[in-house]
Amino acid sequence: MPELVLTKNVGKKDSHTLGIYEQGGGYQALKKALLEMKPEDVIKEVDKSGLRGRGGAGFPAGKKWSFIPKEAPKPKYLTVNADEGEPGTFKDRVIMENDPHMLVEGSIITSYAIGIYQAYIYVRGEYTRSISRLEDAINEAYARGYLGKNILDTGYYLDMAVHPGAGAYICGEETALLESLEGKKGQPRMKPPFPAIVGLFQGPTVINNVETIACVPHIIKNGGEWFNNLGAPGVGGGIKLFPVSGHVKKPGVYELPVGTPLREIIYNYAGGVRGDKKVKAVIPGGSSAPVLKVEEIDVKMDFNSLAAIGSMMGSGAIIVMDEDTDLVKTLRILIKFYAHESCGKCTPCREGTGWMAKIITRIEKGQGESSDLDALLDIANGIRGRTLCPMGDAAAMPVQSFVTKFRGEFEDYIKRG
Amino acid sequence: MSKGLEFSKKTKERLQAIVAKYPEKGAALLPTLWLAQREFSAITPEVEEYVAGLLGLSLVRVHEALSFYTMYTPQPLGKYHIQLCTNISCSLLGAEELLAYLKKRLNIEAGETTPDKKFTLSTVECLGYCGTAPVMRLNETFYENLTENGIDQILRKLP
Repeated sequence: MPELVLTKNVGKKDSHTLGIYEQGGGYQALKKALLEMKPEDVIKEVDKSGLRGRGGAGFPAGKKWSFIPKEAPKPKYLTVNADEGEPGTFKDRVIMENDPHMLVEGSIITSYAIGIYQAYIYVRGEYTRSISRLEDAINEAYARGYLGKNILDTGYYLDMAVHPGAGAYICGEETALLESLEGKKGQPRMKPPFPAIVGLFQGPTVINNVETIACVPHIIKNGGEWFNNLGAPGVGGGIKLFPVSGHVKKPGVYELPVGTPLREIIYNYAGGVRGDKKVKAVIPGGSSAPVLKVEEIDVKMDFNSLAAIGSMMGSGAIIVMDEDTDLVKTLRILIKFYAHESCGKCTPCREGTGWMAKIITRIEKGQGESSDLDALLDIANGIRGRTLCPMGDAAAMPVQSFVTKFRGEFEDYIKRG
Repeated sequence: MSKGLEFSKKTKERLQAIVAKYPEKGAALLPTLWLAQREFSAITPEVEEYVAGLLGLSLVRVHEALSFYTMYTPQPLGKYHIQLCTNISCSLLGAEELLAYLKKRLNIEAGETTPDKKFTLSTVECLGYCGTAPVMRLNETFYENLTENGIDQILRKLP
């Protein structure tokens, strides 16, 4: 096992405090970036690291930053997406609770690289400990001169604040998050214009996931090439946090090279299946990612390998279901979730998720009809690709994959009545 | 403004600090609603009006936020608000059975409050504690790796 990067302080006493963070080399990267590097060199280094967004879409971080115009009539903003709400995902919370300064330091370096003077961290309202830890960390950073005016005597200045959400999955979508940060209901915006051009308060805005930003200090300290090489051989892209839940013996967050095979994560790290049962199905990237059958779990956990088999890495959240899992009930839980969280802006998602919830509930109750499975697929196909934001796809993909890959089980349910 | 509804001096100071974080006052709506919910225990129509006045927002802006986000409550809840996650990872490990147990033990349905106003029971979507599922949030405390026995112990200790 290589040395841990993002989770090395997890479980250490007072790991969330500035003193402990600095003892472990914290804020050295900030000093290096501000005192020795030009902003564009920071972006180049992150480009070299192969770091792709850890929130779900996997967009190359350095590239995202380079879209921000150098000169803009409105102030630019950094918004850290800490609205971790994708079912199965609990990795960002681990960073924020155990190592909030890593996120603060990463946010300062990112802001410096892009010429940003105001950063917000949008944390879901339920994460009360993350919110208080981050607020404390930000206060400590101000007191130490890492935030505020004239940081490290360089003339660079930055303000940072935590913004609490209030319960809405959709606010993890970047433009809904911006609306919510502006004090409105979190309904996604039409794109274009993209947030890089017109974002928060109409200014150019970078939105990155917590884990993405937490990688930045390490990349600056050790170099982009070093980070890239932490990925599996031939894959690259650094390390990734994989939250594993469901029917495994040792659920938890595992920090592993991007490209680690899914089977290895389940059996070597998460201890295999409870009761030594067989695997029936695995969701590899949070609840929205198309489900995999047991025959597919040799896939490498990286963006391209998962896309190649029709799924996605998403947040990297792995949900393991054993051979006894009732997939009709499981899909009902997922559809009900999306129906509950649809923001109501786009008709296909608002109406479609509701109808799918009704149909799957009927099937589960033994009142399904033989045409129901095709009806489910028909509705899912009608949602996918036809909504403003990716939540429509997120709701459609579990339905399409569950019903297609495990059709026999769904048919049995309907036949049994 | 109705019925002399007003934040305490301390909360007013907090509000001032919050508003200062944003270039537009309206952006402080969500944190202000949080302050209001903690201070007044619910966002009643009177509280909505007060918050709208504080931030210079229209009533409808406040109301649409209130009705959009699930964590604000328009009426006071029980002394203890139990929020049980019933999403996928928790359900794979028995959350729906725990829900049935809680309903029986408290003798209420999800979404209801006990007649003595001690408990409100809610089901919620993923809370981000999937690695220690099943999980429930009791007011602001999370209880992980939940079992029926665990629930008994937790509820018994509550004053």
